[in-house]
Amino acid sequence: MKQMRFTLLATALAVAAVLAGCSRSGGDAGSSTIKVGEFASLTGKEATFGTSSHEGTLLAVEEINAAGGVLGKQLELKYEDNRSTPGESATIAKKLINNDKVVALLGEVASGRSLEVAPFAQQSKIPQISPSSTNPDVTKVGDYVFRVCFIDPFQGTLLANFAKNTLKAKTVAIFSDVAAPYSVGLAKFFKEGWLAGGGTVVSEVKYTGGDKDFKAQLTVIKNARPDAIMVPGYYTDVGLIVAQARQLGITVPMFGGDGWEAPELIQIAGAENLVNTYYSTHFSPSSTDPLAQKFVAAYKARYNGKVPDAMAALGYDSVLVLVDSIKRAGTTAEPALRDAIAATKNFPGATGLTTLDANRDASKPAVIITVKDGKFEYLETINP
Amino acid sequence: MTELLQQLINGLALGAIYALIALGYTMVYGVLRFINFAHSDVFMVGAFAGYFLAQLFPAGSALSGVLVLIGAMGICALLGVIIEKLAYRPLRGRSTLTVLITAIGVSLLLQNLGQRIFGANPRSFPALFPVHQFHVGGIVISSAQIMVFGVAIVLLFVLRWIVLHTRTGTAMRALSFNPVAASLVGINNDRIISFTFALGSALAAAGGILYASNYPSIDPLMGTLPGMKAFVAAVLGGIGNIAGAAVGGLVLGLVETAVVGFGGSTYRDAVAFAVLILILLLRPEGLLGRRMAEKV
Repeated sequence: MKQMRFTLLATALAVAAVLAGCSRSGGDAGSSTIKVGEFASLTGKEATFGTSSHEGTLLAVEEINAAGGVLGKQLELKYEDNRSTPGESATIAKKLINNDKVVALLGEVASGRSLEVAPFAQQSKIPQISPSSTNPDVTKVGDYVFRVCFIDPFQGTLLANFAKNTLKAKTVAIFSDVAAPYSVGLAKFFKEGWLAGGGTVVSEVKYTGGDKDFKAQLTVIKNARPDAIMVPGYYTDVGLIVAQARQLGITVPMFGGDGWEAPELIQIAGAENLVNTYYSTHFSPSSTDPLAQKFVAAYKARYNGKVPDAMAALGYDSVLVLVDSIKRAGTTAEPALRDAIAATKNFPGATGLTTLDANRDASKPAVIITVKDGKFEYLETINP
Repeated sequence: MTELLQQLINGLALGAIYALIALGYTMVYGVLRFINFAHSDVFMVGAFAGYFLAQLFPAGSALSGVLVLIGAMGICALLGVIIEKLAYRPLRGRSTLTVLITAIGVSLLLQNLGQRIFGANPRSFPALFPVHQFHVGGIVISSAQIMVFGVAIVLLFVLRWIVLHTRTGTAMRALSFNPVAASLVGINNDRIISFTFALGSALAAAGGILYASNYPSIDPLMGTLPGMKAFVAAVLGGIGNIAGAAVGGLVLGLVETAVVGFGGSTYRDAVAFAVLILILLLRPEGLLGRRMAEKV
């Protein structure tokens, strides 16, 4: 049955590719808008991330258009949902590039899906800006791929320091998702930082994203008696993992990265199970930075009082960085736009100052969030 | 030692869920000699039916849990009958392969309808039954695990009783041996087949709800993997054999847990499917396949 679906999928992709290829003729010169493409996980496993990121992106586009657009033209956001499934994003990116003639691609949250699109962006010489993919491999694909967030070597190291200094842990267990490049990468960088800091890893077990039963692995972890458990996964899996760990009587602190940040985490895991859990992320709505506060207020006004999370703030910043680059380049033609994005320096946005380094990655401070009484609470800021 | 016992319990609890889903596969196969691949998606519909029904009853009391369970089983029984009427009945008498491919089509239809109607976002399943953790020595058993086990055993015996000791069960067995002869002696084949689907789908719903109670995150594609595993369990035990489905489920649950317990967590699913290949090579009739006594 699996094979059948693969065949169907492959056929569908092939047809889509041919169709996309057909319409390569015709230019966008003289178009009255500047088209920007976005691919996001609006439904499916990581829907919360995609939706937040998209809402931030949309808000930024609307604000810029209200202020008169850029280079005298309005921005037009062309976005599509990849349903959090592998294989969709590349098709969408091809369509956005070939049919819609977008000048740049924004996306995605998940590193795995950003990596699917990056080769096409590079090949087509269309800049791709990922708002919040933290795996270092994403921007290594080529010089047309950028991101506006910090990367996992930084996040891994800061989590190692956090476990050592704040949690006072000496031994940890690492429980990572073999199917997600994000999780594998973050686990690896955490482990390097942790071992360098003199810590011990007493147990290292794996799961596959989408699994529902984690009790076998958690029993192994329980028996290893770690001081803390590092779970670098995405919230749907993490929620079940935390709940099942507490059911098995594991009470030690559990922590992870920005993949945890979603209100669904609390619903799935249950507030009482999330006591003594922590995660690192890019942004806290309780930040006192004036630009961050301005963003939080605008976002709340636009989305019925909803409080923005890090993915929303990074989605917002990805548009601002792109627009700033278009302004500096004075054109949307390549390679001028690419060079302008690469030259982004100290650009102030909702998540602080963005400077892109030689690897086209941003270096930014991170915040640690904990869960208290069923609510996310800001704990501390860690600078790079 | 504690770890071993804990893993044993984890394995049995997981296996009981596989067994519960496998019972439905085996029922339909036993009577019609075809594998209803849509079973795993009826399982998903069962979980969603439970999700929506749960909002009608006060949360956390055992009585409303039972009502939700029965309601979802009823809804899915109806769904099973409808699927059989619309998709499988027109193909009666065609080759098994045609029906098998139709079943895959129905499965995809349910998955995509599910994504359309319920949305593709995972939802958190409410706690239907009061949950309690029992600590015995260093071992933890949750009431949800015990319930899965209990329900699986009860349903196993109810099924056996229906098949072996009721008139409908006798008719099902007759139909399974020879449909033409069965209709000659006055058995209404259509009615019996509808009943089989209703029963199988109700079992899927029970499985869906108990699964969601243990792993409270449901989405329209949730049936695929457990469905495949249950299929492996049914084949492992000897497909068509009710006790075999239970044994197959438990063995598979224990094997998976053992793989993880001994450090091979990455190979969990691979081993589950390797078991399927091995059993097909070495003993295609399944563990209990020779003893045909309980074949429906």
